[in-house]
Amino acid sequence: MGIDKFLINEEQPVINIVMSGVGGQGVLVASDILTMAALNAGLDTKKSEVHGMAQRGGSVVSQIRIGEKIYSPLIAKGTADILIAFEKLEAVRYLEMLKPGGVVVVNDQQITPLTVYFANIPYPEDVEAICRRRAGEFIAIEGIQIAEDLGNTRVLNSIMLGALSSFLNIKKDDWTKAIEQRVPPKTIPLNIKAFEAGAKISEKVT
Amino acid sequence: MKLGLTFPLPKELIREFAAKVDKLFVIEELDPFMEEQILAMGIAVEGKNKLPVIGELDLNIVREALLGDSPDDMKFSVKEPIPARPPSLCPGCSHRGVFYALKKLKLTVTGDIGCYTLGALPPLEAMDTCLCMGASVGFSEGMEKTEGEELQGKVVGVIGDSTFFHSGITGLIDIFYNQSNAKLIILDNQITAMTGHQEHPGSGLNLRREPTNRVDIEKLVRAIGIERIVKINPYDLKETIDTIKEEMQVDGPSVMIADAPCVIRERKVFTKPYYVIADKCTKCGMCDKVGCSAIEKDEDGKTKINPLLCIGCDICRQVCRFDAIIRPADN
Repeated sequence: MGIDKFLINEEQPVINIVMSGVGGQGVLVASDILTMAALNAGLDTKKSEVHGMAQRGGSVVSQIRIGEKIYSPLIAKGTADILIAFEKLEAVRYLEMLKPGGVVVVNDQQITPLTVYFANIPYPEDVEAICRRRAGEFIAIEGIQIAEDLGNTRVLNSIMLGALSSFLNIKKDDWTKAIEQRVPPKTIPLNIKAFEAGAKISEKVT
Repeated sequence: MKLGLTFPLPKELIREFAAKVDKLFVIEELDPFMEEQILAMGIAVEGKNKLPVIGELDLNIVREALLGDSPDDMKFSVKEPIPARPPSLCPGCSHRGVFYALKKLKLTVTGDIGCYTLGALPPLEAMDTCLCMGASVGFSEGMEKTEGEELQGKVVGVIGDSTFFHSGITGLIDIFYNQSNAKLIILDNQITAMTGHQEHPGSGLNLRREPTNRVDIEKLVRAIGIERIVKINPYDLKETIDTIKEEMQVDGPSVMIADAPCVIRERKVFTKPYYVIADKCTKCGMCDKVGCSAIEKDEDGKTKINPLLCIGCDICRQVCRFDAIIRPADN
């Protein structure tokens, strides 16, 4: 269909993923699960997180690199293969990290920062159009709607991971194991359902 | 070569590595710590002649410093202004009520280092000084002493529990010893929240999270000799405002302990998320003043509450004059 999965091979020894969002959305747990899934798949991985002082409500970004052998945990500007944003403004904020023609997966949600009211800087109007200046593929996920349908908005991060999974050559079992390793035991079945719901949306384009 | 240990420097390893290369660069943040030691070993090395001595390094900074320029692919940027999303006190944070009260009372606030330093940012803007750990205590005493009547009953220090243990106690002893009238609020959330929830002498657990002796802040303050100690429930705005107002007027020092654990540490959820009755919201903006990131606006500019972030701390409901913010019934 649209684009191929990112394979780790001689041509592309490393996949760079930038994951961004707003504190409280579960970005860091999601980046933990992603790296665990990569390890479960027998790959090398490194991640580097910037979460500042605000555990909740501030801008959060995690850089994840996956490959046969990873030396540095940092991604240079303009070299991320995939930008996965849990919030629309946070896609725009880190768009400079994306390589030309890269993939943007964004949760179609607007969380307006207080600076829009206090500093009068407008929230960008057409996030898709901005992202498409750089991205080769843009997928919006109705993450909150899906999470509400599943009965818990806190599984947004598993939905987003599911959406990401269609682009990576990591087997379902390795993802499931990673989810089991990281989320509270009681929520495992719901998180796996959420993951599957996310995967269903993005698999249409790969 | 990547070094895991920089002091003492593994000199033999460096010598071996240097012998294998034509030109040696040290890439290190801030001061030329390794670079100078390697120079002192008699090895030609470069680094700070190209790299900045301030700020964090990233791949693009290093690349441009060493190679001169980055390829065009790395130079993309979004033209539109991007609103910042600065850190703010967490939704449900136990510090919010105290800073709301301090702003309301128009006090001069000497601050300290911790999550609560965010009380200096708009819209709370209730912190006037912030220098180093423990400075809140010394500053409030110094201002009270030197400014005399002008600032009597108007200066208060705020300090977190772990900062208090680290370097606030000495200042408080001085307040008592030098017969100061300074007032201090200890924001006791029972953990070192800002740096990632490390245990401290008042948390009751050691660094391995095993039970250990716990220093009781109230008893410690009393042992210094300070008699006026009151506890504040920071989730009750009226009580918080009234208590601080009253304590500011007393003769002699007063220590107020805002006693509420960090909600992130406790994974605390007070109730289901609050919600807004849009018909009742008049867009007066009062709820914006509590500076909570769970408070958002709908298309009409009316307040709505983000259910993903709200943990039901009740502060915004207490400031709404039109009963538009509702506590969910089924708690």
